[in-house]
Amino acid sequence: MDMEFSPEDLAFQKEVRDFIAENYPAELRGKQDEGEEMSKEDFLAWHKVLYNKGWVAPAWPVEYGGTGWTPTQRFIFSEETARADCVRLMPFGLAMVGPVIYTFGTPEQKAYFLPRILSGEDWWCQGYSEPGSGSDLASLRTAAIPDGDDYIVNGQKTWTTMAQYADWGFFLVRTDKDAKQQEGISFLLIDMKSPGITVRPIITLGGEHEVNEVWLEDVRVPQSQRVYDENKGWTCAKFLLAHERTGIAGVAASKRGVEKVKAIARTELDGDKSLLSNPFFKRKIAELEVDLTALEFTELRSLAGPNAGRGPGPESSLLKIKGSEIQQRLTELSLEAVGHYGAPYFRGFGEGDNEHPIGPDYAHRAAPSYFNMRKTTIYGGSNEIQRNIIAKMVLGL
Amino acid sequence: MDFTYTETQDMIRDTLSRFLADTYDFETRQKFINSDSGRDPAIWTTLAQELGMLGAAFSEEHGGLGGGALENAIVMEELGKVLGIEPYLPTVVIAGGALKAVGGAQADAVIPEIIAGNAIIAFAYAEPQGRYDLANLRTTARKDGAGYVLNGHKGVVYAAPWATHLLVTARTGGAQRDRDGVSLFLIDANLPGIVRRDYPTVDGSRASEIYFENVAIPGDALLGGEGDGLALVEQIVDEATVAICAEATGVMQKLHEGTLEYTQQRKQFGVPIAKFQVLQHRMVDMFMEVEQARSMTIMGTLKLSLPANERMAAVSAAKNKVARGANFVGQNAIQTHGGIGITQELAIGHYFKRATMIEGQFGSADYHMDRYERITLAD
Repeated sequence: MDMEFSPEDLAFQKEVRDFIAENYPAELRGKQDEGEEMSKEDFLAWHKVLYNKGWVAPAWPVEYGGTGWTPTQRFIFSEETARADCVRLMPFGLAMVGPVIYTFGTPEQKAYFLPRILSGEDWWCQGYSEPGSGSDLASLRTAAIPDGDDYIVNGQKTWTTMAQYADWGFFLVRTDKDAKQQEGISFLLIDMKSPGITVRPIITLGGEHEVNEVWLEDVRVPQSQRVYDENKGWTCAKFLLAHERTGIAGVAASKRGVEKVKAIARTELDGDKSLLSNPFFKRKIAELEVDLTALEFTELRSLAGPNAGRGPGPESSLLKIKGSEIQQRLTELSLEAVGHYGAPYFRGFGEGDNEHPIGPDYAHRAAPSYFNMRKTTIYGGSNEIQRNIIAKMVLGL
Repeated sequence: MDFTYTETQDMIRDTLSRFLADTYDFETRQKFINSDSGRDPAIWTTLAQELGMLGAAFSEEHGGLGGGALENAIVMEELGKVLGIEPYLPTVVIAGGALKAVGGAQADAVIPEIIAGNAIIAFAYAEPQGRYDLANLRTTARKDGAGYVLNGHKGVVYAAPWATHLLVTARTGGAQRDRDGVSLFLIDANLPGIVRRDYPTVDGSRASEIYFENVAIPGDALLGGEGDGLALVEQIVDEATVAICAEATGVMQKLHEGTLEYTQQRKQFGVPIAKFQVLQHRMVDMFMEVEQARSMTIMGTLKLSLPANERMAAVSAAKNKVARGANFVGQNAIQTHGGIGITQELAIGHYFKRATMIEGQFGSADYHMDRYERITLAD
C-alpha cells in the first residue's frame, strides 16, 4: 500500500498538464472567469479537443475507444482537469448510454453509435423520470407497443437534462403491462427529431434552462434501436445507475471548489481582516476539507484497492451520498462568503453592454449555483434511495 | 499508487484475528479486566513468543518482520475489534517508534526485549495542567553529574501498573510551555522515588498517576538530544494518533455489526426493528462513518512519512474525522439498542465506552481541527 506515483505516472502527469495548458480553449477560460453560463458549443469545444487527442473516454474499454489507462492514470487525469478548472464533459453519452451500448448493444448499435458519442457528433439525453415516477422509477408508464418492425411510443418524460440540444435520447419504456414492474421495461434509443416528440423547458431555481419535459405522441421507433432483450431494460438501467454514481463523487472538482471558496474568503473583508480569519467560517471550510479527504480516500480505496477492476458496486452509493452533500456545502459556503452580493440577479452582459457589472465576478453565480445544486441529492437516485440501496445490498436488511 | 495489502500483511491480520477470536471473547475479557492485575499476562507472552506479533513493525535486523506503520494499524484495528487492552500502543507504537527514530545502542538493547514480550513500556507524557499540549510540562529533569534527577507528576498513564519501563517527557530547560527544553527519557519503571497510584479506567484498562520524587536516572536514559526532543515527541504522538484511529475503526465496525445483528433479532410491533426505514437509514449512516474512518486511517498512516507540517495536517484530519465518526456510531449504537444498551450486560456498551475514550485520546476533534487550520488555512 502506498501513494507514490511511479516515474511513468509523473511523466504522464506532466504530459496531461502540458496538454491542457496548450490546448484548453481560451474563450472558455474567459467565460468561466466571468462566471458566465456555458452553452452547448462551449461544452463541445473541450470535448472535441479531448476527442482529437484520444482522451475523451478514459473509462471505456480500449477496443471501443478507451485509453487503457491504469486507475492511477485515470486519477491523475481527473485531478489535472479539475486543477485546471476545465469544463466537465456531458455525461449522457460518454458515461451513461455509451457503457450501456458497449455492454449490452448489438454489433450494429456499437458500430453506429459509439464513434458518434466519442466524436461529440450526437448529443444525448436521458428519458427516465416521469411525472408520476421519480424515486419509484420502475412504476413508469410511457408505453411502447410493437407495430411491424417498429414500436409506437406514447407517454411523458420529465427532468430531461439538456434535451433541448439532444440529437438522441435513451428511454426506459414499458413493453409489458402485465409483468411485474421491473420485468416489463425495455431500453430504447430514440432519435429526438422523430415526429411526435415535443420538448418543453423547465426553468429551475437559479434561472437556468437545464431540464425539460419531453412528450412522446405516437413516436415510431425501429425495434433495432432497442438495446438488449425486450423487457430486460431494467438490467441496463441498474448497470447505468451504478456507472452514474461513481462519477458523481466529484472529488477532483470539489477540491477545486474548495480552493475557489478559500480565494473568495481571502478577498472578502470581515472587519479589518479577511473572512478566512473568521473562526466560524474557517471552521466550516476546514471541516469540509476533512470530509472531502475522507471521500477522496474512500474513492481511492475502491479504485486502487482489492476490489479494483470489478466495476462499481453498491458501495458507490456512499460516494454519491457524500459527494453530493459536499458539492452542496461548497455552494452554500460560496453564497455565505459573498455576503450582500449574493442578491443581485445577474444574467450576463447583453450585446454592446458597457455597464460595470454589479458586485464582484465571483458573486454572480453564487446564489444560482447554490439553488441549482440542490439537485445533486435528488438526481441519480435520491440520497434516500441510495440509503435504501446500501441497506439492502450492503447491510443485507 | 496501490491500496492493497501484501500477503504478509494479510497473514498478520488473519493470524491475529484467529488468535483473538479464541482467547478474547467478551466473557473472558470481562473476567481478566476485573481481576487484581487487570490483565492476562499469558496473552502478551503468546502474542510475542508464539505469534511473533510484537515484531511485526520492527526491522529484521532487530528480529522483527520488517514492517512499520501499516502493520501497527493492522494490529491496532484487530485489537479494537475485541476491545483488547494489551499495551501494544505504548510499548510497540510509541516507545518502539521513539527507539526506531533514535536508533543506536538504545534501540539495539530495548527493541529485542519488546519483540520478546519482556518489556512493557508506558508513555508518561500528559500532565494535569497541560491538556493536549505536549510542551506544557512541569516535570523537570535536572542534570546531576552524568545523569539526571526527575521531579514531577504525570497523569493517566495507561498501562503503567504493568510496565517494566516508562517513557517520560520532562523539561531539561526552558519555561513551562516553550518548544525548546523538552527531553525524552526511557527509564526503569521501578526506580527509587517513583510513586504510583493505580486505578482502572472506564474503558477497561489500567492507568496510574505517577509522581517522580527526586528520581535519579542515568545519562543514557535520554532518547535523542537534550532539550530538542519535542519534534520527536510530536512525531511519535502522531504515529500513536493514527494507530488509535485504526483501533477506532475496529471498535466502530463492531458497534455497527452489533447494531445490525441486534435490530434483526429484536421485535417490536410484531416485526424485527431492522425493518423500520428510520433505523435502516441510521445504520447506513453508521456504515458510512465506519468506511470513512477506515479511509482516513489509511490516509493518515500513508502520510506519516511526509515532512512534519504535512504529516500533522493529515493526522489531524484523520483524528478529527474519526473522533466525530466514533461519537456518531457509538451514540447511535446505544440508542438503537434501547434500554439494554445502557447496561453493563452486553458488549455493545463496552465498545461505546472505548470509542468515547478514543475520541479524546491524543486530542479531541476540536483540538485537531485547530491544529489542522493553523497548518492549512493560514490567511
